[in-house]
Amino acid sequence: MCTVCGCGGEHAHDHGHSHDHAHEHDHDHPHDHPHDHDHGHDHEHGHHYGHGAAGAQAPGMSQARMVRIEQDILGHNNRYAAENRARFAARGILALNLVSSPGSGKTTLLCRSARDLAARWPVAVIEGDQQTSFDADRIRATGAPALQVNTGKGCHLDAHMIGHALADLRPADQSVLFIENVGNLVCPAGFDLGEAAKVVILSVTEGEDKPLKYPDMFAAARLMILNKVDLLPHLAFDVERCVAFARQVNPGIELIRLSATSGEGLDLWYDWIGRRRQAVLENRVAALEADLAAARHGLQE
Amino acid sequence: MHEMSLTEGVIRIIEEQAAAQGFVRVRRLWMEIGRLSTVDPEAMRFCFEAVRGNSPAAAAAELEITTVPGQAWCMDCSQTAEIEQRYDPCPRCGGHHLQVSGGEEMRVTEMEVE
Repeated sequence: MCTVCGCGGEHAHDHGHSHDHAHEHDHDHPHDHPHDHDHGHDHEHGHHYGHGAAGAQAPGMSQARMVRIEQDILGHNNRYAAENRARFAARGILALNLVSSPGSGKTTLLCRSARDLAARWPVAVIEGDQQTSFDADRIRATGAPALQVNTGKGCHLDAHMIGHALADLRPADQSVLFIENVGNLVCPAGFDLGEAAKVVILSVTEGEDKPLKYPDMFAAARLMILNKVDLLPHLAFDVERCVAFARQVNPGIELIRLSATSGEGLDLWYDWIGRRRQAVLENRVAALEADLAAARHGLQE
Repeated sequence: MHEMSLTEGVIRIIEEQAAAQGFVRVRRLWMEIGRLSTVDPEAMRFCFEAVRGNSPAAAAAELEITTVPGQAWCMDCSQTAEIEQRYDPCPRCGGHHLQVSGGEEMRVTEMEVE
């Protein structure tokens, strides 16, 4: 059984839901509900997911009744995301969730960032792909620790996968953790991983109307990176139009234009990361100072 | 196809509730899907029908999906407006200074169980 959440064996989570149930005791079925969440995955080389739905059996019959529950369908994911977020906060880690279409240059940008930032801050990377460890291998070649998570048939990373990845990767305190999501502008939009911000990367070789075609992702992102701007002279891509589309779905979205290959605009990206990391560390310091003040107060009493 | 993950989330809720509230199966399940949520109700229905058979508690469940309209706060009008899509302008002023305030929900609200 895993030590992160108890999955893989008996599913020993605290599922944390409350319910005021009006139990009707007029049924006579034996109460054995084998709660067999099938979260099996191998831990050998990176992580692999893609197993099916859970199964449960409950024999017997009783009369029909209504049950009101009001449960968020993403509640399960969101509980893990909250755990990840608390873990990041407690260790001063800035976690960024990088999302884009396949081929936007995410991995190239990450390799370059990992190399350039290594002298400033500890950097770690979680790589999400359906299959292969190619991307994690590319990141590790820069010297940064990287863990590959294979989602199998899955089209996005979820917070549970990230919890496991953190247990294996153990990013350093106060590090910058890049989570490279599966290349997909649709599915990762709804899944909170516990990150400080989603960063959507759009390359100028793609359509400038993608913010309108995939509005959920651009609405969920705090920053849009327009990548491969060194190619603009060869293309008909209208930057202003693209930015206007992005602001149409997300008036507050920030924008950085850069080229991961020519290096143009990378300083703006690193400054942005630096500001976000500073905010994380200021929160961490405030929390520690509050703890210290509470402990001192206890000492005086 | 994240609808499949979301559908597995629905099955999970059914099974957790079956264990907690002591019912055997769900006959009918009501859910609210916001127009601005990340799920398409028809895709959700399709996935649910495909996977419900794997779970005895869910196998016979019929899905009733209520669509919740999209709502946004227009920062220029200081009023709430109804929108169909995230990129819609404010129906009053035509501007795009909108903050989505409703219609993002995806939740199971009620179940008829036995």
